Amino acid sequence: MRNTTLTSALILALFAAGATSALAAGSEDDFKAAYAAAEAANKEAGKLRNQWTTTATTLAAAKKAAEAGDFDKATASAKEAEALAKASIFQATSEKTRWKDMEIR
Amino acid sequence: MKLRSAIYLASAALALAALTLAGTLPSGAADKVDPVADAKAFRKFFTDKFPKVKLEDFVNGPYSMNEDLYRQWQDKEQFPPYEFSLEMGKEMFSKPFKNGKTYADCFPNGGIGIRQNYPYFDDKEGKVITLELALNRCREANGEQPYSYVRDEMAALTAYMAFTSRGKPMDIKIPDDPRALAAYENGKEYFYTRRGQLNFSCATCHVQSPGERIRAEILAPALGIVNAMPIYRSEWSGMGTTSRRFTTCNSQIRGVPFNPQDDEYRNVEYYLSYVSNGLPISGPGARP
Repeated sequence: MRNTTLTSALILALFAAGATSALAAGSEDDFKAAYAAAEAANKEAGKLRNQWTTTATTLAAAKKAAEAGDFDKATASAKEAEALAKASIFQATSEKTRWKDMEIR
Repeated sequence: MKLRSAIYLASAALALAALTLAGTLPSGAADKVDPVADAKAFRKFFTDKFPKVKLEDFVNGPYSMNEDLYRQWQDKEQFPPYEFSLEMGKEMFSKPFKNGKTYADCFPNGGIGIRQNYPYFDDKEGKVITLELALNRCREANGEQPYSYVRDEMAALTAYMAFTSRGKPMDIKIPDDPRALAAYENGKEYFYTRRGQLNFSCATCHVQSPGERIRAEILAPALGIVNAMPIYRSEWSGMGTTSRRFTTCNSQIRGVPFNPQDDEYRNVEYYLSYVSNGLPISGPGARP
């Protein structure tokens, strides 16, 4: 009885893990959406003349992972690239006025 | 993943707070552009910060910040590492183009002893013209291909031209033209603007931290920093142009560099050169 219960619990746990994993797995569509958002943000940073090298390398890593079929990793990298691009946009925008604080007067 | 989300959330909150704070600070955007006052304040800042350094020594960069380094530099100058470039530049400068003309035909005074007047503001074009740009335009006007702005040929030519101006005080003019003042102001803005993932401006290293170490290097003061260009850098095992210096500075702070001679770089060179007026040309220089 104890063995049956234990086996059932293990099977249930495996199912649960499988379900969670299936839910968390990034699809190609998820990657494409995340990558497009990251590229758009980086393009915006480019218009502000303030792209970061790390955004470019993270975008490249996302593409490489997608080409290898690892869409979990690819999506995560694309989201990271978008966050970096957005940070560079924030920096460029805030520095439009904040540079004056550093000026020698 | 949770940790990454937390970092993003914290960054966003910090960014929002900074933006709110920025909105409350006086922007100073309406300040009058006053290059004369800027140059005076710039010089005072460095001479106050380093009272033992002679004014003309600031052009020697990190060597002026440290006695041991200064002695090393004096020894190095006995057999300067830029000498090969100087020889190459001298030869290139006098060698005629295919049409028989030379660089001397493109510049005032045959290009000799004029380095201190570059960059200048060209009122016809409405933009800043650097020496590197003028050299490539000279080549193109004479049917030659332009040189790369970051490689040895350009470094050699500018090394020779700088050498012919050694000791002459930097003498940059800002004409009474709103476009020239705008170029100067844009150069200043570029100099103080933080960029790249490391969030550094030019001033972070060369105003806030000259004389301090960043990894193994001693940072040079911004005052007179362009007077020594081009430079032989031991780190590069070769010569570097002003363009090379600007683009690598950007990459080092994890910012995507612009194309050499884009407006930003031309303007920042204009600003840095103007605030170094009166200090001697010391190029070509050598750096650790």
